[in-house]
Amino acid sequence: MIFTPHGFLRGFRLAVPLALSVGTYGLVFGMLSKQSGLEFNESLLMSLTVFAGVSQLIAMQLWTAPLPVAAIVLTTFLVNARHLFMGAALQPWFKKLSWGQAYGSLFFCADENWALAVKEFRRGEKDGAFLLGGGFVIYVGWVLATMIGFAGGLMVRDPAAWGLDFAFVAVFIALMIGLWRGKKDLIPWCVAGVGAVVAAKFLPGKWYILIGTFLGSLLEFLRVDDA
Amino acid sequence: MHETTLITILGMAAVTYFSRIGGLWLMNRMRTTPRLENYLSSLPGCVLVSVVAPAVLTKGLPEFFAGLLSLFVAWKTRSLVAALITGVGSVWVLRNIIV
Repeated sequence: MIFTPHGFLRGFRLAVPLALSVGTYGLVFGMLSKQSGLEFNESLLMSLTVFAGVSQLIAMQLWTAPLPVAAIVLTTFLVNARHLFMGAALQPWFKKLSWGQAYGSLFFCADENWALAVKEFRRGEKDGAFLLGGGFVIYVGWVLATMIGFAGGLMVRDPAAWGLDFAFVAVFIALMIGLWRGKKDLIPWCVAGVGAVVAAKFLPGKWYILIGTFLGSLLEFLRVDDA
Repeated sequence: MHETTLITILGMAAVTYFSRIGGLWLMNRMRTTPRLENYLSSLPGCVLVSVVAPAVLTKGLPEFFAGLLSLFVAWKTRSLVAALITGVGSVWVLRNIIV
């Protein structure tokens, strides 16, 4: 595997549509972060250092005073744990790269450019910088969108009056559909959903998210078939 | 920036970066099992469902129908933007109709 600016630029170019799509919910995050009480530099820092849309949006649901630090960090890890599998999937190609190239590129590993990179590597792409290039354009889009969304949050006084409070739900629904792996997800998801609804009735705060996730994924863990 | 906020953000960043490099690091050293892979890849879906279900099922009729519409549009168009516009637009309309 090589690692050159050519691969970087190719990845960059092919991921531009992905960056626009990610930018859309970057705007939602930016606005939501303002509503949740973050300052501009806090919102920006989060997007710069975390760069993981779903977990950032969920963190905004948990963002209360006093800040439940452990709950937020734990939930972030749970939501992002799938990256472990994504990094592992890149091993056949990334084992041939240097330490710096591999672990540096992985900072910029988002769902979308990961999927694109795996597809291209399987097709014979030899330039390991492809992932980095795609990730970088998405990163730029994400950070810019955060800032613009935040500015938008400053301008909109009452987001609920425009239905904007529903924006993150709509985004989650769209992302959820993208994550659907087929019929095997039906029961775990129903279990997670029912568990979350019931937990929301009886438990304070956002515990229902962890309960639903725990119940649904437990079913997945216990699954016996080899499909 | 509040100290707690900074710690939270950096904590999030640390676990996220760890999740990004951990897989490669582990795979270079051992085998993952299909069960573990399946479990890990099921997590984001379960988290999203856990957030969406109460938001759509326990808030009111506008949210319920807006959620249903967003789901349908997301499924058919695979477009996040379309789902977003549908959701926000329909919840706004429905909230104004269903008084």
